[in-house]
Amino acid sequence: MHEPVTISCTVNGRHYTRAVEPRRLLSDFIRHDLGLTGTHVGCEHGVCGACTVLLEGDAVRSCLMLAVQADGLSLMTIEGVASPDGTLHPLQAAFREQHGLQCGFCTPGFIMSILQFLGENPAPTDAEIREALSGNLCRCTGYVQIIAAVRQAAAAKAGAPGVG
Amino acid sequence: MKPPPFSYHAPITVAEAIDLLGRYDGDAKVVAGGQSLLPLLNFRLSRPAALVDINRIPGLDYIRADGGMLEIGAVTRHRAVERSAVVAAHCPLLAEAVRHIGHFQIRNRGTIGGSIAHADPAAELPIVLTALEGEVVITGPGGVRTATASEFFITLFTTSLGSDELVTAVRFPTLGPGTGSAFQELARRSGDFALVAVAAALALDEAGAVRWVRLALGGVDLVPVRAAGAEEFLAGKRPDAATLAEAAALVAGEINPESDLHATAEYRRQLAAVLTGEALETAARRAAEGGECGHA
Ligand SMILES: Cc1cc2nc3c(=O)[nH]c(=O)nc-3n(C[C@H](O)[C@H](O)[C@H](O)COP(=O)(O)OP(=O)(O)OC[C@H]3O[C@@H](n4cnc5c(N)ncnc54)[C@H](O)[C@@H]3O)c2cc1C
Ligand code: FES
Ligand code: FES
Repeated sequence: MHEPVTISCTVNGRHYTRAVEPRRLLSDFIRHDLGLTGTHVGCEHGVCGACTVLLEGDAVRSCLMLAVQADGLSLMTIEGVASPDGTLHPLQAAFREQHGLQCGFCTPGFIMSILQFLGENPAPTDAEIREALSGNLCRCTGYVQIIAAVRQAAAAKAGAPGVG
Repeated sequence: MKPPPFSYHAPITVAEAIDLLGRYDGDAKVVAGGQSLLPLLNFRLSRPAALVDINRIPGLDYIRADGGMLEIGAVTRHRAVERSAVVAAHCPLLAEAVRHIGHFQIRNRGTIGGSIAHADPAAELPIVLTALEGEVVITGPGGVRTATASEFFITLFTTSLGSDELVTAVRFPTLGPGTGSAFQELARRSGDFALVAVAAALALDEAGAVRWVRLALGGVDLVPVRAAGAEEFLAGKRPDAATLAEAAALVAGEINPESDLHATAEYRRQLAAVLTGEALETAARRAAEGGECGHA
């Protein structure tokens, strides 16, 4: 039973079927088996938030799930956020305009987290934004521009329901 | 790091899960939200022969209030508890405490049963269970049994759960009119486990004196503890500022925190007093304002 198990799931609207070892982390499945390397891996214990993806619309740590647990479920990763023609999602545009990223390692995790947050709370206060960002670590920006980006995105109504 | 190899089972009934756990005879681990177990696997601190995933078992994800009792299925996510109007109405202490667990991404996956079974001494939900004198519903090969917090939490990360038993639900009694409760904790960063956390619940009589009070603390011992001395001291007294301050000082004297990487024993003792004072004051104010509407 350590042998590969066949699973099917939908990622960014596309259907995938793959054989995975039970111990395959969802983060590694996304990166290595599906080649979607926009989802980053920092700590592998749930603290940094770099690996955050949407599972059935909820932001979750892909390093704390097994790929087999995603069987039959639907995921969205950073690759699914912009329009197919490459037009940035308003939240991504806000990050660029407000300089909400420097090296960009943390950015996919922030974007996926904020998509759920703004979907549920379209007009957050600054205190709510800070609380919502507390589950993602950034070593570069100092967070101030990320908060500004979330404010701009909120003004542009960039929550999850609007996502392609 | 990556988890070591294991066999994976995703049963669809409680009976099947219990049977699998029995067959592995202590070598299998249940996985619910995975928010505590997966880090242990990734660090290879845990090397089970098999994982029994209970996420595909229907009927373990519910929130139900009746007969003065709030019952929550083991696989109910922290986020569902946090958002539930039923929880807010019947067990506001739980609604207040659950928001302190990690970050919303952690609460999207983590479950109430997992939090209770994991038995971290600083975790919020075991403290609430202890304060409210709730019970853990456990299903094993012989059927269903229940355990109180003191019967369930043995020591650090250790419970009285058998290796072929599952936590299937957690029950919290509804406090009703004339009562108030409050939760206070201090963590160094938002989302961290608390250095010290305090849950207080109390009832006032018509004259405004304390009819009963329950104080539970986490992060100060190997399991959540009740502050029996302070509880006894408060009974029958009016909860004015001087009385609450005296009770808070008693709490500092009756706990036995240890020093670790995160805080010294002395600091934890002082924090316990401050947080107890704040929790008691809020609980008393809420009780005086009419109390919790358990019959909503
Ligand atoms: C970054 C981060 C921050 C966190 N901060 C906090 C915090 O502040 N406060 C806090 O309380 N927790 C915190 N947690 C842990 C989180 O609350 C977990 O959800 C919880 O401790 C365990 O629930 P789970 O469903 O994820 O359990 P799992 O990880 O799936 O399991 C934990 C343990 O319980 C056992 N188990 C699970 N369900 C059952 C069951 N039904 N019957 C029998 N055994 C079972 C498993 O075998 C395992 O040993 C944090 C986690 C992370 C990653
Ligand atoms: S890699 Fe998953 S939270 Fe850090
Ligand atoms: S931009 Fe470099 S870690 Fe956030």
